[in-house]
Amino acid sequence: MILAFDIFEPYGFQFFRNGLVVATIAGALCGLLGVFVILRGMSYIGHGLSHAVFGGAAASAVMKVNYFLGAGIWGIVSGLLIARVARRRVIGADAAIGVVTTASFALGLALMNRYGQASKSIEAVLFGSVLGVKVVDIYAVASVALLGLAVVVLGYRKLLFSTFDRDVAQVSNVRVSLVEAVLLAMISLTILVTMRVIGTLLISALLVIPAASARMTTNSFSRLLWISPIIGAVTCFVGMNLSYHLDTSASATIILLDALVFVVVYAIAGTRNRAKMASLGHL
Amino acid sequence: MFKMLSKMRQSILSKIESPLISCEHVSCTYGNSPVLHDVYLNINRREFVGIVGPSGSGKTTLLKAIIGSQPVAHGSITVQPELTIGYVPQIETVDWYFPVTVEEVIVMTRSKTKWWPRITIQERTAVREVLEKLGIADVAHRHIRELSGGQQQRVFLARAMFCQPDILIMDEPTAGVDVRTRHEILHLLADLHAEGLTILLTTHDLNGLAAHLPRLVCFNKTVLADGSPREVLTSKVLEATYGAPMEVLEHGGMPIVIDHGRVAMRGEGK
Repeated sequence: MILAFDIFEPYGFQFFRNGLVVATIAGALCGLLGVFVILRGMSYIGHGLSHAVFGGAAASAVMKVNYFLGAGIWGIVSGLLIARVARRRVIGADAAIGVVTTASFALGLALMNRYGQASKSIEAVLFGSVLGVKVVDIYAVASVALLGLAVVVLGYRKLLFSTFDRDVAQVSNVRVSLVEAVLLAMISLTILVTMRVIGTLLISALLVIPAASARMTTNSFSRLLWISPIIGAVTCFVGMNLSYHLDTSASATIILLDALVFVVVYAIAGTRNRAKMASLGHL
Repeated sequence: MFKMLSKMRQSILSKIESPLISCEHVSCTYGNSPVLHDVYLNINRREFVGIVGPSGSGKTTLLKAIIGSQPVAHGSITVQPELTIGYVPQIETVDWYFPVTVEEVIVMTRSKTKWWPRITIQERTAVREVLEKLGIADVAHRHIRELSGGQQQRVFLARAMFCQPDILIMDEPTAGVDVRTRHEILHLLADLHAEGLTILLTTHDLNGLAAHLPRLVCFNKTVLADGSPREVLTSKVLEATYGAPMEVLEHGGMPIVIDHGRVAMRGEGK
């Protein structure tokens, strides 16, 4: 009886209910897009974009501009800059991401130091905050999730083809660069709407770990698209509850839970099927 | 001289029907180094053409320029409008750990026209037909990792055939397969050609594959010779292509290329 009371205690708070909804949807969304992130070897882009958006979030807090507008524009500009720098072959895409996003991140930190009064909301962006979640965040994350679902269902074949075999997809008249742009835009939108709950520092983990765990359980692309969002949603839901009772950071608890799932699946898959373990070559 | 002959030959052919693919004055570069230089090449309907040359000679780049995934620095590549190209990439470049089954790989080529994620019954039947034609009907539901070398090559050939192409373009179709599989693939391609399919492929296998083809293009950054194996498989042309001395013998009416470097290694050359 006492146990039941304990479990449902946080549900009495509006902020917790809002945070729980946002986190669970965000988990499913990141799990879904994470499939493409790991199969395309894009995990560093997710990591980089989330750091770049931090700079935008800090700047918009200082300038008192709407977060979604400020950080969104900043994210797009960073993406374009990355594409521009990466075009120089001697630099390469990974170094380009490193240069642009760390600079953006550093700018965010500098702004935070210089204009201390805005530091509270900046910290919330860095580490995520359940307390900061408003109803508008629920709407934002839910619309991006619906959009993401629509993109994956309607573009399923084109996404699969251009992820698996870019050249042949292009010969078969699939507009590969459009597909890639849409995917990158979806990842940026996801980062934008989930960052306030999960936090910049840990969001890239949510884009990678559930999908990586799911990849070890199946060799089917379509099943992967189910399993990964489920792992993402469940770990976010459970992690949020745990974080309340353990009095730990929500984002840290969620990521630790995801890592635990990964380790368990890794151990089971390792003893059961050696061939599937080789799939880790994607990570 | 060879270039002139090949241009003459092509200009005569082009008067009969305009070529499916026409490369004129094509150059490509990586950074500052040229990969393709002043390439002239026409591929006509119902031809079976092999491009031979050493590794790093730009064979794959030429194919990629033709299919449009490699930008052309100079010149132009004209592909007949409405031409459906079936492309088979080099098997080593495929990500074999990717989570897809054979059936999913083959259906991919219909991505442009179909959006519904699930494979339909009609598609399933069509996949079975093309797999049966290539003699691998039983692998449809296997993960691509679980295929042998010969099966891998056939699955990607099946994918290219699935969209009923006008021309089949293959990059090194016999790389990394054993002698028996090489024979099987060669016979399969000969059958498809006999049925009216146009085929363009690259190979470094002179005796096993190239010598059996009706038309060969010796290639090293540019077209060095173009004609039947008898015409182009000569010591002079091969030395220009490979940059190493080679001897050509004849056996049963077919040219056989002897690589002197290898013979000398065994101590038989001198």
